[in-house]
Amino acid sequence: MELKNVTKRFGEITALDHVSLGVGKGDIFTVVGPNGSGKTTLLRIMAGIESPTSGDMYFNGERVDENSLSEVRRDSTMVFQHIALFNTTVYKNVAYGLKLRGFAQKEIDGKVKEALGTVKLQGYERRWAKKLSGGEQQRVSLARALALDTEILLLDEPTANLDPRNASIIEETISHVNREQGTTIVVATHNMFQAKTLANKAALLIGGRIAQVGTPQEIFGAPSDQLASFAKLENVFLGVSKVLEGGISVIDLGSDVRIEAAVRREGEITIFVRPEDIILSKDQVVSSARNVLKGTVTEVSDLGDTVKLRVDVGRDFVVQITKRSFNEMQLNIGSKVFLAFKATAVRIV
Amino acid sequence: MSLETEILEIAFRAIAVSGGATLLAASWGLPAGILLGLKRFPGRSVVRSFFNSLMGVPTVSLGLILYMLFSRAGPLGFLHLLYTPLAMTIGQAVLITPIVVSFVTSTVESVDPGIRDLARTLGASEAQASMAVVKESMSGVLLAVVASFNRAIAELGIALMLGGNIRGVTRVLTTSIALETTRGELVLGIMLTVILLAIVFGLNIVVSYLQRRGRGA
Repeated sequence: MELKNVTKRFGEITALDHVSLGVGKGDIFTVVGPNGSGKTTLLRIMAGIESPTSGDMYFNGERVDENSLSEVRRDSTMVFQHIALFNTTVYKNVAYGLKLRGFAQKEIDGKVKEALGTVKLQGYERRWAKKLSGGEQQRVSLARALALDTEILLLDEPTANLDPRNASIIEETISHVNREQGTTIVVATHNMFQAKTLANKAALLIGGRIAQVGTPQEIFGAPSDQLASFAKLENVFLGVSKVLEGGISVIDLGSDVRIEAAVRREGEITIFVRPEDIILSKDQVVSSARNVLKGTVTEVSDLGDTVKLRVDVGRDFVVQITKRSFNEMQLNIGSKVFLAFKATAVRIV
Repeated sequence: MSLETEILEIAFRAIAVSGGATLLAASWGLPAGILLGLKRFPGRSVVRSFFNSLMGVPTVSLGLILYMLFSRAGPLGFLHLLYTPLAMTIGQAVLITPIVVSFVTSTVESVDPGIRDLARTLGASEAQASMAVVKESMSGVLLAVVASFNRAIAELGIALMLGGNIRGVTRVLTTSIALETTRGELVLGIMLTVILLAIVFGLNIVVSYLQRRGRGA
């Protein structure tokens, strides 16, 4: 699938601004960007349920127009961030698209069973979809898409707001389907770690524009100049800096959050702290770290070997720790924690 | 005819007349409500508030207008419908149409807008996607129909003015309650009231059971 110069406007707002990108067969392609950067709109266009204001889309080498739109809709399917379920049983939810495609009852039964097995919801057929937990509901949505065995699977923030267990089941499923069926998968996420671990290709979407396309290593691995765009996502703060004695500055980030940085700069600056540079503890420990902030865990995302935590200390910080530490510390949403990082870990963007 | 059989006959006639009115109103009110809920067109809000305000029309005012239409000298006088059960059925159908339309419009509108996109991304055509939205609003549609029936069977103005409360022909529960009470037959009036309430409550119990099942409880 290929997009050329796709622009989408909603009234005055430009959601996508001349976006061009190509997704190869069998790719896991992640579209990374902060909230509101146009990720959802991009996926909706690729799913054929939104048409671009201008620009072209090519599917299997052919330009998509009004007539071939139904073909795109048949060969691709999207799982929405905002979970949408039909108010009926899990079985009927998963079977919906299959019925539309005219499969025989027996085939439908088999495909529903298989899809539910893939997302580890065996035997859930007769359960009422809307009575399941949020994570299970998202897995039903995924199974419903998988059952159709489309060429392209579009996933909009599939693990946002999910607990680590459900998130990892969904991530495993994504890799599994890509590996076994060769399904082309496009994942929109604001989670850089997910983008890095899951994908073989990634695009950075900022303010409706593609800032960069490449392998995840190219985008997230490189230092300095890429850092600026990388940093637009997490742990980036605008603050007011004041130089103290001894080559250290105090930066006021607002909301009563002040941090020390090994920089000499006065006035407004944008700073960035790498999630890996932050040490997380349950109690306040004495250390050489100049910055110790107390906060509450507000979000937990499982990334395989590591766990990403969002911690509210007045401002939202993202911290990455190993799964082992996470389990040993028995952390959960609402846990009170301390964040510590050195003054040298604070970088200017 | 014994009193019991007469009371039974009155109750059944009330159900038949109001049930017929509900079917009639649903036959045009459901499509209208569904279209209003699904489609966006200029003037839509005007149509919506038109139906909303019609819900409040007093039954006697509507009865009077329909009486003038159906009376011998009226424009529809040649149909000889006045003082027949059919006239009552038509009158009640007109009365409850705005309820059906307004309730159905609201319930279709209240369906998660994501459902339409969901159906489309699973391969539904526009018509199939609309069908999915309507299916999601089924329990609200059911409620609209029941509320309309309740309004029809409990109203007096139209039944009295278009039916005339003729014994054995157009006498229904509400008209006989009014008559028996004015005649001082309080006990009979209370009995008839109990029957009317039993019908309304019984129906609502059945419907809320169906709705609970529809939610998977």
